[in-house]
Amino acid sequence: MKIQGQGALVTGASRGLGRALAEQLAVRGARVALVARDAGPLREVVAGIRARGGDAHAIAGDIADKDAIHRIAGQAQGLVGEIGIAVHNASTLGPTPLRLLLDTECEDLAEVLETNLVGPFRLTKVLAGAMAISGAGVIVHISSDAAVEPYPRWGAYGASKAAQDHLSKILAAELEGTGVRVLAVDPGEMDTVMHAAAIPDADRAALQRPEQVAARIVQMIEDDARAPSGARLVAPRWELAT
Amino acid sequence: MMAALNLDARERTRNGVRDVDAARGIAVDDGPAGSRIDAVDAGLVLGTDEVSRHAVRLVVVDAGPPRLEWFTALPRLLAAGDLVVVNDAATLPGSLPGRTADGAVFELRLSGPIDAGRLYGVLLGPGDHRTRTEHRAAPPRVAEGERVTIAGMTATVARVAGRRVELVVRGDADQLWETLYATGAPVQYAHRSERLPLWSVQTAYAGRPWAAEMPSAGRPLLWETLLDLRRAGVGVASLTHAAGLSSTGDDALDRALPWPERYEIPRRTAGAVAATRTRGGRVIAIGTTVVRALEAAANSGELRPGSGIATLRLDAAYRPRVVSGLVSGLHVPGESHFELLSAFAPVDRLRGAIGLAARHGLSSHELGDACLIVPA
Repeated sequence: MKIQGQGALVTGASRGLGRALAEQLAVRGARVALVARDAGPLREVVAGIRARGGDAHAIAGDIADKDAIHRIAGQAQGLVGEIGIAVHNASTLGPTPLRLLLDTECEDLAEVLETNLVGPFRLTKVLAGAMAISGAGVIVHISSDAAVEPYPRWGAYGASKAAQDHLSKILAAELEGTGVRVLAVDPGEMDTVMHAAAIPDADRAALQRPEQVAARIVQMIEDDARAPSGARLVAPRWELAT
Repeated sequence: MMAALNLDARERTRNGVRDVDAARGIAVDDGPAGSRIDAVDAGLVLGTDEVSRHAVRLVVVDAGPPRLEWFTALPRLLAAGDLVVVNDAATLPGSLPGRTADGAVFELRLSGPIDAGRLYGVLLGPGDHRTRTEHRAAPPRVAEGERVTIAGMTATVARVAGRRVELVVRGDADQLWETLYATGAPVQYAHRSERLPLWSVQTAYAGRPWAAEMPSAGRPLLWETLLDLRRAGVGVASLTHAAGLSSTGDDALDRALPWPERYEIPRRTAGAVAATRTRGGRVIAIGTTVVRALEAAANSGELRPGSGIATLRLDAAYRPRVVSGLVSGLHVPGESHFELLSAFAPVDRLRGAIGLAARHGLSSHELGDACLIVPA
């Protein structure tokens, strides 16, 4: 899909990978709606994009809140028009330091699922119909290797991401032939606030920068052939086109 | 009404349609028995219940006698080569609280899309949705140039015509949209006790928020049905039409409804309509807003893609150029909407269809049952 002229929505856009994705989509000529819970940092990111000539808008909202979903989608489409690209990037680890499943409170697991699985489902439900009826759109679910590997202490997060991967594949199967492409992308380990919360003693120099990963994901959005609908792609192994 | 409803629910289960009203949390209106009767004509009384979008009935008006189907049967009621056109406008949270500089309160009801800080709508007096619009108190008078407060935002009255207003809100668009969605509610229906959330007034393919009220004919269109249509060789295309208000609280204004409304027809849709007509297929509009957009865009002959303002008014005498048939909610003779449907089928056939709907307890609610009118 050509990014120039598209309306795009990115959740979790106030920092890390979401921020880098929003910035790069804007540089390529998309009108971008940035969603995050905290308005302050989000507005700063939006101001930065605008200062560089990009078209960006801040929408404060929590995707785990069902009542917020139509607010987010409505504001986004009021501000940037039809949404051709939706990136489900917002997610939560739950309480850190991470806990064994048997030490995980029931409410904490439910909260992780609301943010990482149910929220993206609801937002897709509200956005993807318009994409399918108009015959074009890309939906990206940001996944994790914790969706595949059973790392101890990553139970809530890992289960939510594994379920989201499956949701992504089923959605792709159901929307086959409509022109809507649905992807799951494992970004690999990145130097972000979230990574530091999960693994405080990691060697930051060995981690990817979110901007590098965002560049790969932007290419996946553009490249219908190498990022077909239903695929689960691992960003560090994705060959960047030159 | 309850007896008819229960019977209906049993029938739905028998037909293998999951009764999901309860599961979806859609309240079936079981208020005072016979709480509202829309209109009566020669004994034609329709129900006013909300119907789950998974269990909508469809009265079919074609060459034969009128008959009853499930809405989900639409794909086999149409033929390969036909084209279904939907309105993908999302419903605005268009009911907003307002206050004049003197402190008089009013409701601003948006009548169409927001255009770079400009709000178009009508003012209603104090009160809430439980009072029918035509019974609401008159709004306070406002004058051009006056400052008012809308949902906490300062706005300037740019134009006034009776209770119709055009307001300009200064400042940041992000802030305007945030306030609109934080404070506004979709236009409500008086016969409903609880406030309808935005979740209940959007179609399954809603996009940009352009509609003052839900383009409700499309509400029963599930994705299962849309994909079934395509599998049956029936095309599905979309346009965006800024469906306006159904009622303003002022008789004289109401008689002039619908007002000019903005529409946008994608090139792809214009192409699909042309191809359908060339091969002799039928163009089926989902709702009168789609009829209005397509007929407006074709009024110089060929259907032109792009945006425009629909000014034409449909009535029994109107001869459609592009649209062959339509899906609509149910309306009884005497309602203006019924007269409009008679542009597509003779009045006696429509009467027969409404009679059938009445005998089976079908609902004329905006969130109720439906009819399909197609030429033989």
